[in-house]
Amino acid sequence: MSPQDTQDRPDTRDGQVKGGGPAGSPGTANLWRWLVRRLLLSVVVVLGSATAAFVALYLLPGDPVQTMLGPTGQTPALVAEVRHETGFDHPVYVRYGLFMGRLLRGDLGQSYQLHQSVKSLIFDQLGSTVELAVTGFVLALVVATVLAVTTAGRRPLLRGLASTLELVLASLPGFWIGVLLLTFFSFRWQLFPAVGGSGVNGLVLPSVTLALTLLGVFAQVMREGMERALSEPFVLSSRARGASETTVRVRHALRHAMVPMVTLSGWSVGALLSGAVIIETIFSRPGLGRVLVSAVNSRDLPVISGVVVVSAVAFSAVNLLTDVLYRVVDPRLKEAQA
Amino acid sequence: MTKYPNGPQEHGSSSASPRDAQAERPQEPGARAVRPLVAVEDLRVSFRGARGVVVEAVRGVDLAIAPGECLAVVGESGSGKSVTARALVGLAGAGATVRAARLEADGRDLRGLDDRQWREIRGRRIGLMLQDALSSLDPVRTVGAEIAEALRVHRVVPRAEVGGRVVELLAQSRVPEPELRARQYPYQLSGGLRQRALIASAMAADPGVLIADEPTTALDVAVQAQILDLLAAKKAEGTAVLLISHDLAVVARLADRIAVMYRGVFVETGTAEQVLRAPSHPYTRQLLAAVPSAHAKGTRLSPWPGGRATAGGAWDGTGCAFADRCPLAVDLCREQQPPDVPAGGDAEAGAAGGEHRARCSRLDVPWPAPAAVAAGRGRGGDQRTVLEVSGVSKSFAGPDGVRRLAVDDVSFTLDAGETLGVLGESGSGKSTTAAVVLGLLEPDAGSVRVLGRPWSGRPESERRPVRSRVQLIHQDPLGSFDPRFTVERVISEALGTPGRRTVRRERARITELLRLVGLDPALAGRRPRQLSGGQRQRVAIARAIAPEPDIVVCDEPVSALDASVQAQILDLLADLQERLGMAMLFISHDLGVIHHTSDRVLVMRQGVVVESGRVEEVFLAPAHSYTRELLAALPRVDDPAAVPDKEVRTVSTAKAAAPAEPVAGDPPAGPTSPPPSTARTARKEAPLR
Repeated sequence: MSPQDTQDRPDTRDGQVKGGGPAGSPGTANLWRWLVRRLLLSVVVVLGSATAAFVALYLLPGDPVQTMLGPTGQTPALVAEVRHETGFDHPVYVRYGLFMGRLLRGDLGQSYQLHQSVKSLIFDQLGSTVELAVTGFVLALVVATVLAVTTAGRRPLLRGLASTLELVLASLPGFWIGVLLLTFFSFRWQLFPAVGGSGVNGLVLPSVTLALTLLGVFAQVMREGMERALSEPFVLSSRARGASETTVRVRHALRHAMVPMVTLSGWSVGALLSGAVIIETIFSRPGLGRVLVSAVNSRDLPVISGVVVVSAVAFSAVNLLTDVLYRVVDPRLKEAQA
Repeated sequence: MTKYPNGPQEHGSSSASPRDAQAERPQEPGARAVRPLVAVEDLRVSFRGARGVVVEAVRGVDLAIAPGECLAVVGESGSGKSVTARALVGLAGAGATVRAARLEADGRDLRGLDDRQWREIRGRRIGLMLQDALSSLDPVRTVGAEIAEALRVHRVVPRAEVGGRVVELLAQSRVPEPELRARQYPYQLSGGLRQRALIASAMAADPGVLIADEPTTALDVAVQAQILDLLAAKKAEGTAVLLISHDLAVVARLADRIAVMYRGVFVETGTAEQVLRAPSHPYTRQLLAAVPSAHAKGTRLSPWPGGRATAGGAWDGTGCAFADRCPLAVDLCREQQPPDVPAGGDAEAGAAGGEHRARCSRLDVPWPAPAAVAAGRGRGGDQRTVLEVSGVSKSFAGPDGVRRLAVDDVSFTLDAGETLGVLGESGSGKSTTAAVVLGLLEPDAGSVRVLGRPWSGRPESERRPVRSRVQLIHQDPLGSFDPRFTVERVISEALGTPGRRTVRRERARITELLRLVGLDPALAGRRPRQLSGGQRQRVAIARAIAPEPDIVVCDEPVSALDASVQAQILDLLADLQERLGMAMLFISHDLGVIHHTSDRVLVMRQGVVVESGRVEEVFLAPAHSYTRELLAALPRVDDPAAVPDKEVRTVSTAKAAAPAEPVAGDPPAGPTSPPPSTARTARKEAPLR
């Protein structure tokens, strides 16, 4: 908040240009160039992962058409017909070309099993998964921030307790936490529904489970960042100006702790997605995870590659976002990255 | 006049007791008030270290500072000077225990304050500014936000006016374009501007006392002078300044009184003039003698013979703190607390009001004259040239893709056994020159010959057999050691492959080398991190001389060291050169160091050698205006102009000053000058402004 007061002053525009401050217009041009480059890179990442998915599925042993038809009632004629229908009679490079061509048009193909467009299948379920992932992430972030701000650099006992708790959480598998929460909060105390459930009530246990799996790592990283910042001379400077402990921690140290946190957030997209898959299964929640699990079981190739592409898009988008966030959190990077 | 408070002699009150200081103040011109703003008696700070060991950092310190007065606390790193300063704002650090018979600021007792009460003192009554504004201002917040913090915390002005006040404060700290600067981040400002912004933030809530902890360390000399000017202005406005510094020249510029601190004790106190002109305590004498300068040329800087390392180990608090490093020490010194006595000779003590005091029982013993460095310097009839650099240029591409000349047509020669100093500020091209000489960079033009053979422009395989003839001593020895290696393995690197086998084979030689550089051979098994800065540099020297090189390139070898350690290292290098007869290319930004060590000097600026010749001639009668500027800025601690009541105009440390303004373009090269060997040359000058 404090910088704004000084920013709103008049007569500063030409001062900025005159001073040749790096925050001036050349910086903005750099920003656009950087953004365009990052976007192109994201497209390459998405296309690359789609290709990787295609290759991986092609290399899988077994005939997808026979798997598709199920163990009973297969005749050579039927197999040939289906093979022709699904395009499996083409050579692999033609299939790859068709696949990528459809992808570029935004078409993810048809599910073999559910006879539904993969796009609508995924987007029907995506909302539920995003809801779970975002709630879990925000919950973990908030609790980790509180833990880090209150315990960083404090008395050894308090700090040690928090740290131990986080370590335990970080090493527990998500499904076990989920089962534990279910046992107590659903079956014993019947506070929250065990299966499905709609609205906020149904979201509590799954998102808490997801948050707990991330919380340990988040809090550890943030505390370490805070403690490093708290030992810096600028914190001593701030204290010498009369700043309170809260000011020092929230205004100064927390912002420095956010830098590694942003990195971790980018990484956690993967953890959130794979965590969601398991948690959706445990809590019988609809979502992308369950779509994926059943698709893998039935070798529903278009669905699998569809999920891969959607995940890649999500990953790229979040990483783009984190790169932008870096620059917001640490202004020094505006120049470094240009 | 000469009555002193009789503090208990066990921990004895050091001189300059507040009451006495007050009594005498009014008689001195420049004393403005009677009441000291800060009054401290018997301050003790201890830390609980690992395994419950209590370390005493400050052992009974008395001080008083009146408004408009500056007290400087001088000492080497670890002397407790910063802890003293921080104890005054209740920030001595985690695990610190602070006790004092009296601890007052602005008439308020600071003992037993809780955190909230301390916060009212910090920034409002006492401002603290630390060195290195890059890390002392929050790098992710704007400069304005940092200054505004003090205004908000103490509610100095209404919220709406904070922004305007920030700009005013920056303007008062002589920051040009204050509106713009307030919106910028610390990394976007130059070192000088940052330091001014830091002063503005420390002074924002208008405290009566300013503690400046090493305010000018790491700044170029011209900038340093500007910061000292600013602090002098604050002092003139009535701020009481507590200056913490290791640099006597800086202190000489600003301080009215000086306290010399060693191991948590004020060993000598007095007015700036008394302490600098008539140093009495052996430690003060050593500190002053350790400053390399023109008149110390040809003499030893450290009182210890044979380049012996004196680090000073742990001290249990009995006897004199300085006994283990004092050349005058007798058994009495180690057993008995030294008395706190008037110093500087009887006559002066009477005349000056007896403020000058030292804690020493051997003040009557005459101080030994500095020993002369053995003459000849191993440079007998053999005048063979070991290094020839002719017309070397080297350019680098900047971030914008434009190539800039880092070294521009540099020529020189180096004879066996002589020392050639390369003097220049940062960016003058001296390190690039070193890299070319070492064969680490290929010059774009020109050539280098080592021992008469071509060195530059040859494939590395051809150079390799000669490599051991040219060695490097680095500014940062720790960075040049593999941290996992022991000392003996580090040295064995220079004797063959750095393996355990070499260590076993060469053990005798390694021991000999360690002795040669004044290290206990028992240190051979230590790792670099377990050594002190001076010891590390000695190991680096041992490694450099191990192959008995013809040329040693010393790149700022002492600039990161405390004055007394620097003195020992310079003495050691002189000794080794005399014994081994190697030629040295000595690179430094420090005029005093160059003057002390070198036979000849190259003065470099923006990649060009602007002047060269014999040190005495160049420094006595400089031909180029840049050299003259540097010399004008050369500080002398004993320079009458530098001592009290100075109109702060000139610069005051032994460091190369940057010109006040960057000069547009380089002086064009004059008519082709012959390669400067012993001949005196100076670049034809372009007008400087």
